[in-house]
This record gives sequence, C-alpha cells and structure tokens, in this order.
Amino acid sequence: MIDAGISFHVSEKGYYGDFGGAFIPEMLYPNVEELRLHYLEYMMEPSFQKEFHFLLKDFVGRPTPLFKAERLSAKYNTQIYLKREDLCHTGAHKVNNTIGQILMAKRLGKNKIVAETGAGQHGVATATVCALMGMECIIYMGAIDIERQAPNVARMKMLGATVVAAQSGSKTLKDATNEAMRHWINHPVDTHYIIGSVVGPHPYPDMVAKFQSVISEEIKWQLQEKEGRDYPDYILACVGGGSNAAGAFYHYLDEPRTALIAAEAAGQGVSSGHSAATTFLGKPGVLHGSKSLLMQTEDGQVIEPYSISAGLDYPGIGPLHAHLATSGRAKFFDITDDEALKAALECSMLEGIIPALETAHALAVFGKLGAKPNEISVVNLSGRGDKDLATYQEKLKLNP
Amino acid sequence: MNRISTLFNSTQEPILNVYATAGYPNFGDTMLVLNALQEGGVDIIEIGMPYSDPVADGETIQQSNQVSLDQGMTVTHLFDQLKNMRQSISVPVLLMGYINPVLQFGVERFCQKCQEVGVDGLILPDLPLAEYQQSYQTIFEQYGLLNIFLITPQTSDERIKQIDSVSEGFIYMVSSASTTGAKTGISSDQEAYFKRIDGMKLKNPRLVGFGISDRESFLKASNGASGAIIGSAFVKLLGNAKNLREEIVGFVKSIKGLK
Repeated sequence: MIDAGISFHVSEKGYYGDFGGAFIPEMLYPNVEELRLHYLEYMMEPSFQKEFHFLLKDFVGRPTPLFKAERLSAKYNTQIYLKREDLCHTGAHKVNNTIGQILMAKRLGKNKIVAETGAGQHGVATATVCALMGMECIIYMGAIDIERQAPNVARMKMLGATVVAAQSGSKTLKDATNEAMRHWINHPVDTHYIIGSVVGPHPYPDMVAKFQSVISEEIKWQLQEKEGRDYPDYILACVGGGSNAAGAFYHYLDEPRTALIAAEAAGQGVSSGHSAATTFLGKPGVLHGSKSLLMQTEDGQVIEPYSISAGLDYPGIGPLHAHLATSGRAKFFDITDDEALKAALECSMLEGIIPALETAHALAVFGKLGAKPNEISVVNLSGRGDKDLATYQEKLKLNP
Repeated sequence: MNRISTLFNSTQEPILNVYATAGYPNFGDTMLVLNALQEGGVDIIEIGMPYSDPVADGETIQQSNQVSLDQGMTVTHLFDQLKNMRQSISVPVLLMGYINPVLQFGVERFCQKCQEVGVDGLILPDLPLAEYQQSYQTIFEQYGLLNIFLITPQTSDERIKQIDSVSEGFIYMVSSASTTGAKTGISSDQEAYFKRIDGMKLKNPRLVGFGISDRESFLKASNGASGAIIGSAFVKLLGNAKNLREEIVGFVKSIKGLK
C-alpha cells in the first residue's frame, strides 16, 4: 500500500511530492519567510509546548473522547469508533489550530489577527482565541455566507471580532480568503494571518497539520487502551481544505496497516456541475499560495464549487491531500449532499450525536467502504451539527 | 538589446508605464487602448491578463478583471488580439497576470506565443524568486522574455540585492505595503524609501508603482526612480470613458506634461 521511498511529509522547499510551495506576492514574502524560518523552532520550545497543551486541556477540553459507536457498528457489521472533536470548545477541531497559531503570533510579535471563514467555524475559533489573548481580530467572510450563517456571525461579534463581508467574486470562502490575504498585504507589520486549513503557502500546510496532529496522537494511545493496538484498519475524515483529515491522518501517514479514507463533497454529484470534489474534478494549479489540485477552467480560471456544506465548499485542497490522492496513499470517496444528510440523520438516531454536515460526509463512507466485521475504523467526528440546524430542518423536514 | 533596456538607456525623461486590463472595457478594445496609449506618448505598456482571483490587486483592477472574464477573455483570445500588435506598437510591452492561467496554457507554449506577438517581458506577482529560478528562468530566457520582480518597503536589502542580480530590464518598486489602488499620493516617507533604494546603486533601474494617479504623484515618484507605473487610476478612466481614444491620449499627455 505504501511505496517505499515516497515521503508524506513536507520537504525542505515546502513540497509534498509535486504539490505545495509558496506562490505569494513579494508583499507577503517577509511575513511568510519569517514564519518559515521560525515556526519549527518556536513550536518546539518547551514554553510553547507547555502553554499549548495547557490551553488544549483546560480551555479546549482535550483529550476528546474516543467513543465506540455500538449501534453504528452493529448496523454496518464492523467496529466503529468516533473521535469526538465535536466536544472541543467552540464545537469543532478548528480551535486546535487557532490556539497554536495565536501562540505563534505572540512569539512573532504580532498584536492583530486576520482570518477567513466559510461556515464561520474557523472564524469563531479565531475570534475565541483573540478574546482569550486580548488581540484585535478581523474576520473576512463571504457576503453570501454571512447571510446563511447568521448565528456564527453573531458569535464572532459577541467575542469582539470585526466581521467584514467579502463582496468580490462569488462572495464565499474562496473570496473571503482572497480578501484576508489582501488585508495582510495592506497590514504586513503588526498582523498575523491565521489560515484555517492545511492550505496556503508553505509553511502553513505543515504548521496547521502539526497543530491538528494532536487528534491522531490521542487516537493512538486511546486505541491502545481500548483495543490493545494503537492503529485502526481505517481512519476516515472529510476533506474540504483538509485540516481535520490532516490531523487525524498525521501519525498514521507512514503506518502501512492503516488505510486513510477521505470523503469529499460531491454536492449534487461529481458530474452534475454542482460539486466540490476537488480530487475528482481538479487539475494541478496554483491558488492561495500553493500548488495543488484545483477546480478550474481550461483557461486556468478558478471554478466556483458547490456543496450543501459551507465548510467543504472550496475549489482547492491542501497540498498534502493532493499528494495523498495522486500517490494512492489515501482513498477518496465522493459523497453527495443527500448521502451526507442521510448519514447525519443516522448518526443522530443511532448514537445520540448530531454531527456537522461536513462530518456527515465522512460517516456516509460506511455505506461504501466494505469494512469487515473484525476491522476497526476511526471516524474523525470533526464538528457538531448545531450550526447546521437550519439546513437539517429544511432538508430533513423537521419543521413542526 | 531588448526594447526595455534600450528605452532605459536612451531616455533621461521620467518613464511612464501604464497598465490596462486586456479586453476592457469591451472585449474588442485591447488594440484600441494600446494604440491610444502609444499615441499619447506612453513609454511602456503593461497588459493585464484577467484572473478570477487576483490577490495582489485592489477593487478597481479586480472588478475590471471580472468584467473582462465575463466578456469571454482568455489567454488564447488575448494572443489572438495581439497577433499583429507589432505592426503598430513600437514601445515595450509587458504582460502582467497570475501564474495559474500561464500554467494551464503551458509555460513553454505561453513564452513562445509571447515571443511570436512581440511581448518583451512578464510581471507575475505570485511567481516568487525561488520558484522562478528553479523552474521558469531557463524557459523565459530562451524566448527572450524579461521577468520583472517586485520589491516593497518591507523587502530586506539582502533580498533586494538578490532580486537585482536576477533581474533584467527594471525592478518594480511597490511604493507602500498595499494592494493596487488602495492608496493615492506619495508621502515623504515613501520618497525617503525611493532615495534609500536609489542609494543602493543597483544594476537595474526602478519604476515606482502603486499610488500613482496624476502628474504630481508621477513626478514625485520619478524623483527617486526612473519613472512610474499607473494602473488603477487608468483602469478607472477606461471604465468611465465616453470617448475612449481621446480620453486615453489626453490622460497620457497630462501625466507626461505634453500639450
């Protein structure tokens, strides 16, 4: 399954195989270069590690449980564990990264934070750590997303963040990311950009993956306790940009006994013209500072993706995942809106856990995976579904 | 010698480089705009290749990119429009854009087309120095294309020297930490920055870009450099013009101080 000689870790030049790099305007070079030169050193400092782990424990509530989903296991006649990232403070795995990056920003001497957000989860996680550390926070969010994610906008404002509507392009996550990068270009000296996924110029994909790797670090010892072995046969996660998947896969990248399973949002179907399944529809290209797979026209213009889930509604994918997909190390499944909705309902009814729509894409893979009765799967339950209630109400006809 | 270096070697007057988005305001206006710019007395023309996600550009240029794309502009169409450019245009011509459309067109094929139609150089803000040297420089040079690099007030002296050693033609000196069109006018701090760079005795001349919109800011910028670049202010004019040719000629003359 794993070819000897293929590395799944970032190279010195910032590449995963053919993907990655730092395709940034010169205006961002000093900031990105400063980060590149120092991120490993700062992260490894004992004082950084101490503060990071203290906050993950007492503020975020880690370790998150690894829960045996008995009724789901029975339904699919296999062994299913849920890694409960939905129980993180703010309701999703996103906060693991924002805690790490706010500590990084402090060490870089920055006192202002800018970030992009799609569904608002990363925006809330960023606004939360800014409130905690007393830093000024500006969040760019697509004008259309602001309308459809009103509760998260209110949360960000209550946490003291300024939410700015991205009015350019399609007014969703891609454009919010463009605007956040433009803001950083205009404020290079005092501002740190907290990217919310394993995307962006090197070293962001590696840095975010390392902060999220706490997920698989915990799975290893939790599985050892429960099953007497520290690796599952399958580890499943949804992929938009891919931060929760990167965290869940991280300590298993070189473990040949664990199959890595990624669920992408097929929207209305891969061939429908309304999809966000980048590894199925994308070609190599450059967006937001790195070379990766990208949904684009023949002329190299970025195509606007579609998914019912705002968190997976992104035309690219992190360079690590592009490498995992093209090298065959990870297997990618395309999950439609309807399949995700069905899986969300099933998890709610069978396990008493309402998952985020993003997470529901990973759960939907069980219908297609063919895992054997004695095989062990771990699904990264990346977020809780409260933010998606309006969609669930409408699509699952839950209104009174 | 290439057209750009010839220009810098032969003129003592401040050099004016004007940026125009291709296929804007209307799909078929590209050559009309180029001819009018030259008629007005422009020294260098920079043609913007529209892109869906131009992160280094402010609102004005973004919006013109989107209009042009909506009207059907592509790299292929642009080369088609520029096919006979050198029958009328004698000033140096640069293409400015983002790396992704170039990658999709094919880097070598793109460079070959540039050479065919008579393009002198490229400005690709999201193609950084290290990537250029590793994967692009050989191909660009093979087709006689100069790659124009940017420096900003935050660029270290060491990196400026590195960029200077790789550059040919000129260096694009961004006047302030910003996207295009975000600020107007030139402050005394900026003039000090231009002078500081001037004092570094680089082998390449510099043109100042970002924040230049009229004769006053053009002259101020040219005081510490060989000239300046106007983008957003000109794209605004294109978007509002009633009589395109006449207004372009008048604009260039007013900046150059010509009657």
